[in-house]
Amino acid sequence: MTAAAIAIGLLQVLALVAIAPVVTGVMRTTRARLEGRFGPSPLQPWRDLRKLLRKERLITEQTSWIFGVAPLLLVASTLVVVAVIPSVATTTLLVDSVDLIGVIYLLLLGTVVLALAAIDTGTAFGGMGSSRGMTIAALAEPAALLAIFAVSLRAGSSSLSTIVEGALADPAGLASPETLLAFGAVAVVTLAEAGRLPVDNPSTHLELTMIHEAMVLEYAGPDLALVEFASSLRLTLFFGLIGTLFLPWGIATTDNIAAMAVGVVAWLVKVLALAVGVAAVEVGLAKLRLFRVPELLAAAFILSFLAVIVSFFLR
Amino acid sequence: MSLTLASWVGALGACAVATIAALALRKPFRVWAVGALSAVGGILGSVSAVSVLAGVQNGTVELPGVLPLAGARFELDPLGAVFVLIAGAVTVAASVYGIGYSGHGLDGRVVQAVFPLFVMSLLLVPAAASVSTLLVSWELMAVTSLVLVAAEHRERPEVREAAWWYGVMTHLSLAAIMVSLLWFAARAGGESFVELRAAADRMPDVVRSSVFLLALTGFGAKAGMVPLHVWLPRAHPEAPSHVSALLSGVMVKLGIYGLLRVGWDLLGGGPAWWGTTVLVLGAVSALFGILHALVADDLKRLLAYSTTENVGLILVGVGAAGIYASGGDRRLAAVAVTASLLHVVNHALFKGLLFLGAGSVLLKSGTRLLDRLGGLARRMPVTTACFGVGSLAIAALPPLNGFASEWLLLKSLVHEVADPPVVVATVMPLAVGVVALTGGLAAATFVKAFGTGFLALPRSSNAEAATEVSASMRFGMVALAMACVGLGLVPNLVVAPLQRSVQALTGLADGPGVEVVGLGMETAGAAGRLAPGVIAVALAIAVAAVTATGWIMKVRRHRRRVAAWACGRTVQTARMEYTSTSFAEPLQRVFDDFLRPELDLDVSHTSESRYYLEAVRFRIGITDAFESRLYRPLVERLRRLGEYARVLQNGSIHLYLGYMLVVVLVVLVLSR
Repeated sequence: MTAAAIAIGLLQVLALVAIAPVVTGVMRTTRARLEGRFGPSPLQPWRDLRKLLRKERLITEQTSWIFGVAPLLLVASTLVVVAVIPSVATTTLLVDSVDLIGVIYLLLLGTVVLALAAIDTGTAFGGMGSSRGMTIAALAEPAALLAIFAVSLRAGSSSLSTIVEGALADPAGLASPETLLAFGAVAVVTLAEAGRLPVDNPSTHLELTMIHEAMVLEYAGPDLALVEFASSLRLTLFFGLIGTLFLPWGIATTDNIAAMAVGVVAWLVKVLALAVGVAAVEVGLAKLRLFRVPELLAAAFILSFLAVIVSFFLR
Repeated sequence: MSLTLASWVGALGACAVATIAALALRKPFRVWAVGALSAVGGILGSVSAVSVLAGVQNGTVELPGVLPLAGARFELDPLGAVFVLIAGAVTVAASVYGIGYSGHGLDGRVVQAVFPLFVMSLLLVPAAASVSTLLVSWELMAVTSLVLVAAEHRERPEVREAAWWYGVMTHLSLAAIMVSLLWFAARAGGESFVELRAAADRMPDVVRSSVFLLALTGFGAKAGMVPLHVWLPRAHPEAPSHVSALLSGVMVKLGIYGLLRVGWDLLGGGPAWWGTTVLVLGAVSALFGILHALVADDLKRLLAYSTTENVGLILVGVGAAGIYASGGDRRLAAVAVTASLLHVVNHALFKGLLFLGAGSVLLKSGTRLLDRLGGLARRMPVTTACFGVGSLAIAALPPLNGFASEWLLLKSLVHEVADPPVVVATVMPLAVGVVALTGGLAAATFVKAFGTGFLALPRSSNAEAATEVSASMRFGMVALAMACVGLGLVPNLVVAPLQRSVQALTGLADGPGVEVVGLGMETAGAAGRLAPGVIAVALAIAVAAVTATGWIMKVRRHRRRVAAWACGRTVQTARMEYTSTSFAEPLQRVFDDFLRPELDLDVSHTSESRYYLEAVRFRIGITDAFESRLYRPLVERLRRLGEYARVLQNGSIHLYLGYMLVVVLVVLVLSR
């Protein structure tokens, strides 16, 4: 790996880290505007993180070391995924070491660690959040992996850089039925895995509807900052992944400065547009009952199954 | 004598000496001698396997006089070596663990003497190179394991029932294998594997397929494949825990070995429907196993059902390989077989580890029920850490070993096939769906097992009184946990030598199916690389970066312990925790139609007013559908048939002599 490649890889990680809380902020602002409120500045999540980092570290009495380590592992596993997924350029730090299947399992690692920490608190809410979170994660898995199957069939590879380069070489393939079906599946999986409406409502603390918030209820101060940061990162990551897989235009395939500049702008536009779009759709959605969520995920599974079948037969 | 042969014979010798020592020595020494000598046997067995896999030399022994008529014949080849390797490795951990574990009622002469014999049978079966040798070794394994399963039959009546189920099923499996192999041998005109291999091509398709299906039934039953799995969730939980580790980690895999040996090696593969059958049975086993593991509240039963799940995943790989090979795609077949064999090795390590962990919990808390456990993280730190490693590994999470084999398995299924037949185009996506759902449910299952079993507050006084286990038991667990981490970081340690076995099986001569690129693995054909070691390093760097950022920003490091907030509630007791049953409830409800739980809600009101409740009693029971709908009615029919048959047996010696005469006449007429 050359110095330039490492620099580009690091740049992408830093860009994503910098922008992630802003994406959450943009979504909140959009939502507020559409509801007729003024809303906070998009930078508010960064300010919140700074505030939380200055607070005292409080930790629940009966927890073991797992509760304390979990936020760190959660952020670390998400950062590793950040270092895999091409956002600005096709070369990233780890793109040659981890493929799309690996990405799914790394994200699952974060979910599992947080679920264990939630049980570790010993409270009813922790257990509830953990149980629900794992239910949704388990049921989202088939749809996610089959969508990957469909996408990687087109490129003949599950490596992200090859997939992106294949899509750029053949843009017409992006409008093919299998890609559109896979896109539908990935969109639903994103809403489920990132804990957005209609699966989970990140802005609620209504006791019986919480999923992610129930898991992180006992975190405070710097630990809460890490958990909040990780969930922003995860959300931005999914937007970036959708942008990279289904709207790859503008992504830099060479390492000259002009291409990189185009890449940065294109990536920002894609991620922010997706954020605004999802926030706008969310305004009109109510949260699904927990036991209706499996039906939604089953629909995503069927979409991705069809995507694979179609790509086998329509070639 | 080559290194291979010397160490393999040495391993058998060590086991034999251990048996004699168990019979000869007194109590405190007996356990030590058996544990130490069996461990030596395990080490030597592993050495012989490694030398075969490293390409030193196959070990061949012929003992003409040992078995009547046929003689015994052994050859340790690269396929068998994989299974001898896991047998050796798990034996080392389980026998040292057994030193501490056996001190509590398991130090009797019989159990201690049979344990090394069981280990010996595990080393013999994969090396058997003729039909009669295989059948005798197989029966030795069946009988010794049956004795070990029944070890605690005086303490608990369930053990007796489990032993019955196991005894019957294992002998039905033996019968199927026997018919299959004897038929094969009769057709081949010889009973050594060399002769069978040579004769396979000459046999008509009907015979080949019948031999294969009988072998699939027999070996599948041993492997715990659905619907022949019913003995497994009974026998494995009731056996002593270090024996459970060997049963689930190793013995079950010998079913897979038998299937690979007969289906692939001796018969040389078959038409696409062989592969499809195995793949579908594997997929059903995987899903069925994990759903029952998910709702199990007994820790060891959960682990046993999860064994059925993992065997299912291995069979999915074997079946996919069969489909690919019949379509002429030997390179993809090699990838799928590599995935299966890697999972065989990985599952042996983490399932062995998890059973040892469950044994430690059982020993110190006296219960296997997850709803009565909890709070062990502070009381048994080493056991908790080891069980945690095992849980993450079996949930296929990076950077542990389960992830490497799950990745390879998915990679072998998620593949571009030129001009795919309809079978491939429909079965493969469904198989990916099943493997993915199984993986997700396995993650939920082991969050439940580890979370409710070990974390938070203890749910009973027994769990509260638990303490850390002795040094020998800790050694057993830590050794396996380190193996899980090691193979997770560098799966190529196994993947590279495995290629020798894979080549022998698939006949792929022009290069391996899975290429080893530095720290990474790359599957043949399509790109897409995985380097689990790099993931681990990246995780470490990320943790360091976050910690360093914390220092730079002067985040306070001191942590003050406070009461849980929980939305403002003031008292915290263990009764408020989620139990394992409540944890699994949402998923159980999602799969309600499949699991069909028996719910029983009993509400009693006070006599004054029906608006006031006196007591609410809720019971939930989930039974194995195959057991209640297939086996129970079958056993009932057989029993009734037996009632009729009693007419034949009226106590008259003259009638019995008459029967004999009739039988002799029939035999004479038939064999005329």
